Formats: sequence, structure tokens, C-alpha cells
Amino acid sequence: MTALDTTGLAPPRGFRAQEAADQAFRGVTFFAAAIVLLTLVGILAALAWGSVPAFRAFHFTFFIRQVWNPVTVQFGALAPIYGTLVTSAIALLLGVPVSFGIAIFLTELAPEWMRRPIGTAIELLAAIPSIIYGMWGLFVFAPYFANHLEPWMTAHLGGIPFVGALFRGPPLGIGMLTAGVILAVMIVPFISAIMRDVFLTVPAVMRESAFSIGATTSEVVWNIVLPYTRTSVIGAVMLGLGRALGETMAVTFVIGNAHKIHASLFMPGATISSTIANEFTEAVGDVYYSSLIALGLTLFIVTVVVLGLAKLMLRRLDYRLR
Amino acid sequence: MTRYRRRQFANALTLGASVVVTALGIVILLSILTTLVTYGISALTPALFTEMTPPPGSAGGLLNAIVGSLLITGIAIAIGAPVGILAGTFLAEYGSGSRFTDITRFVSDILLSAPSILIGLFVFEVAVVTVGHFSAWAGALALAIIAVPVVLRTTEDMLRLVPNDLREAAAALGAPRWKVVVMICFRAVRAGIVTGVLLAFARISGETAPLLFTALNNQFWSTNLNAPMANLPVVIFQFAMSPYDDWRRLAWAGALLTTAAILGLSILARALLSTPKDTRS
Repeated sequence: MTALDTTGLAPPRGFRAQEAADQAFRGVTFFAAAIVLLTLVGILAALAWGSVPAFRAFHFTFFIRQVWNPVTVQFGALAPIYGTLVTSAIALLLGVPVSFGIAIFLTELAPEWMRRPIGTAIELLAAIPSIIYGMWGLFVFAPYFANHLEPWMTAHLGGIPFVGALFRGPPLGIGMLTAGVILAVMIVPFISAIMRDVFLTVPAVMRESAFSIGATTSEVVWNIVLPYTRTSVIGAVMLGLGRALGETMAVTFVIGNAHKIHASLFMPGATISSTIANEFTEAVGDVYYSSLIALGLTLFIVTVVVLGLAKLMLRRLDYRLR
Repeated sequence: MTRYRRRQFANALTLGASVVVTALGIVILLSILTTLVTYGISALTPALFTEMTPPPGSAGGLLNAIVGSLLITGIAIAIGAPVGILAGTFLAEYGSGSRFTDITRFVSDILLSAPSILIGLFVFEVAVVTVGHFSAWAGALALAIIAVPVVLRTTEDMLRLVPNDLREAAAALGAPRWKVVVMICFRAVRAGIVTGVLLAFARISGETAPLLFTALNNQFWSTNLNAPMANLPVVIFQFAMSPYDDWRRLAWAGALLTTAAILGLSILARALLSTPKDTRS
């Protein structure tokens, strides 16, 4: 037994070329994947670099000051941060129950022939650009809101202690509450589409065993479907939150861009993204620029954390779908 | 019996609420669409496609903005689609199970939903500050960054659906890996990859925020990629926020055009994916 002697054998014709092509192709695809990774790092680095002058000027008081004055070059992020958090909170408060209802309707209630059209319609609505929602908000919703809903709220909710202050104020139509409502409308298609997919991952056998011992549909939803999909449902909500936090155009149309924190939700406000959209091209001076970029950096870090958590919570869904 | 009644009542309440909110959602969404169509159709004139964006207070069209948008999104797709496809290929074909792959996929998914205005800020710092002026190139770059994760995701998902038998059969015939990927896998999922590109195209067609401080806007006809260029989303934004009726009408027309294009692309993408998989003939 001797080992096969291959020293005299040349590799097949063209083998080396193919091997080189193989290496090259792999290298190119790797490079493309690395670009994606570097983009995120690049965004972080560019925003961090750009916000150095602002942090040098204001240190961490940047985050806790309400002043936003280009004339005296004093900037603080409190009002836009407050606006971002409040509008997103309103969006979730209104949007999540509605999305949940739609998802239940699509998975438990709707007759078979309705599921696909409505499901597709909802997914298509998620594709409509935010500027359209913004225009609808400004020209259709805001006037209706100012003429009908806001006076009603002031009359009926304004008297409640503590909470009432939120609903007292001039019915302008544009303001924090309007922005929150528009955001809710925007994230509903998004969240409900994911929730529906999540609900569909519940094994039929679990649902059916519950029905077989006499559970009602609502008991199946609350006691079987929801506990089983809890993590993914929270993930879907966080994904919606990530969208709401960073949504720019729709909010810019209806929020009124005012850097002041008011108790009333009817008053104009500002979010981080609307501030950047409104003021960036007009900003003069290093510190003004830099403060806007520092706002962007804040938003970026917050959304990356929120979206990252959402992804981790939805990971289970990804595995199951494949 | 009362306990039974109570359960029935709870059931009716939950289901009733779910029907009501679904109806509410549909009403709101229909309101958006009807608003768009009614305002948009009345502004839809031939002049839209033959005249430039007007100065305030006079009639005009959107020709420069339409052409600008097509140019910018076209370039963005030309940059973004290859990167996305190749990156997706790496994740699906070469990097399975490695940490690099997991992190890249994670990052890509985050970029998919990251606020697009921040991508505008990033490109502003990278491609506007360094060059010294706004340009269509910068706008295209910003949109390309948004397109990449969309294409990447679809490509990877599609390639993972290719049965390993196909790869092994090709490899057994002596095909090198790159040929297996390009000639076997890509062909098998051609429709899927095209779908991803179409979806990316739809996604970036309506993006406004990243163009605000990259491509900026231009009131005049310009195909100079090295200068600010008119584009539909920014024109819509500027005109809709203006107090002039002529401008607002144009904004609605532009909004209708953009939405129609996006919905058309999305529906086309869906139709492509749902056709039976006999595209190999």
C-alpha cells in the first residue's frame, strides 16, 4: 500500500483560475456585507464627531435645559426630547390596542375570504410614505380635530383633576396630540401586520384544545394566544415605538415646531426629528449645527437600543417562520 | 348560567371591540386615500409633466421634480441593489453561523427601521460638508443606504429557500462555488431578488427626510448630479407647507403620483413573488 502519488499531476485546466474567481467572489460579497456593518459604525462616528462642539459648549446640561435660542446661542434638548417621548407615548397608547384588535380580527374572526384582502391592504398601507400621512394630518385631520374633537375634550376631560390640564388649551388643531394621533395612524399597519404574523405562529393544536374544553374565542385570545406570543408581541410594539420615535415628515407637518414644554397636549411642540428637519438647512454657526447633530445622536442611540431590543424579542418569530 | 352569561358577554365585548377598531382603521385609511385621490386628481393636468415647478403664485408643473426623483432614486438603486444583493449572498451562502453574519444581519435589520433623517444627517456630514455643496449624488447616496437593508433581507431570505440538493448537484458536476451561487442559486431565486429590489425602490421613492439636506431642492431644470436637484418628496413638502394655493395643488398632484407609483411597485413585487416557481424554463 503506497499513497497515491500526485506530485506529477497538474490540477485540471483552469482550476487555478476558478479558485481565484472563487476567492474574488467571496471577497466581494464579504466586502458588501462589511459595508453594511461599517455604515452603522460610520453613522455613529459621524454623529458623535459632529456633536462635539455642542457638548463642549453645554456639557450634559444639554439634555436638561429647555432653552433653544439661536440668537444667544443657547441650546438645550429637553423640549424636543419631551416632545419625542410624549408623541410616541400617545401613538403607542392609541395605536397598540387598535393594532391588537386588527390582528385578532384577522386571525380569529374574519371569514377566510376577507383575511387576505384586508391583510394585504394593511401591508400596503405600511408602504405609503410618511409625507402623505403628514399632508392628510395637516389638511384633513387637524381642522376636524380643532373644530370637533378638541372642544369636546376640553369640555369633557378638561375638568378631571391633574389629567385635565393635558386637555385644556386653545383648539389649534396642530400640536402634540395631533402629532401623536398621526403617529398612531402610521404605526398601526406596521404593528398589526407583525402581530398577525406572530399570532399565526401559535400551534393550532393549542388553540383547538382550548376550544374543545369549551373556551370562548376571547378566552383563547387572552389565555392561550397572548401568553404564548407575549415576547414577540412586545417586540412588535417596540418595533412600532422605534418607528414612532424617529418618524420625521408626518410629525413635522402637524406639530407646530415650538421649543417650549406646555402642560397642555393641544399646544405646539417639537420632536427631535422635526427640529432637525425644520432647522438644519437654516442653522448658522458651529454650535447651532452641532446642537442639531447632538439631537440626532441622542435619537440614534435611543432608537438603536429600542430596535435592538425589539429584534431580540422577535427573534423567536424569525426562527419559527423559517 | 350567570357565569356562562358573563363569559359570553366578555367574549362579545372582546370580539366587538376588535371589529370596531378594525372598522375604525379601515375608515381612517380610506379617508387618507380618498383625500389623496380627490385632491390629487383635480390637480392632475398635462402641464404637470411638461412644465417646471413655478414660483409662488403661478401655475406650473412638476417636470423637473419628476425627472430629478427618477434620476436620484435610479442612481440610489444602482448603488444600493448590488451591495444589498452581494451582502445578502454573503450572509446566506458563505457566512452561515458565524458571529460576523449574526451581527451584520442584526445591524442591517436595525438600519431597516432606523430614522431616515439620521441617514440624511450622516450623508450630509460625509458627502456635503466635505464637498462643500449639496448635490444629487449625496441624495442618491442617502437613499442607497436606505435601500441596502431592504434588498439584503429579501436576498438572504430567498437564498435560504434554495434547497441544498441544487447546490450539491452543481458542485458534484465540478462547478466552483461562485458558479453555483451565480448560475444556480441566483437563477432559482431571480423573482425573489427582483422583488427585493422593487420593494427597495418603493421604499426610497417616498423618502423625504434624507433628501432635505442632501439633494436639497432646485426650482429649475437641472440634470447636473453635482448640484442640488429638484425631487418630488422635497417639492411636495415645501409646496404643501406653503400658503399658496397653486403650490398646494401641485403638492397634492405630486403626492398622488408618488403614492400611485409606490403602491404599483409594491403590488407588482407581490405579484412576482406569488407566481408559481416555474421561472427556470
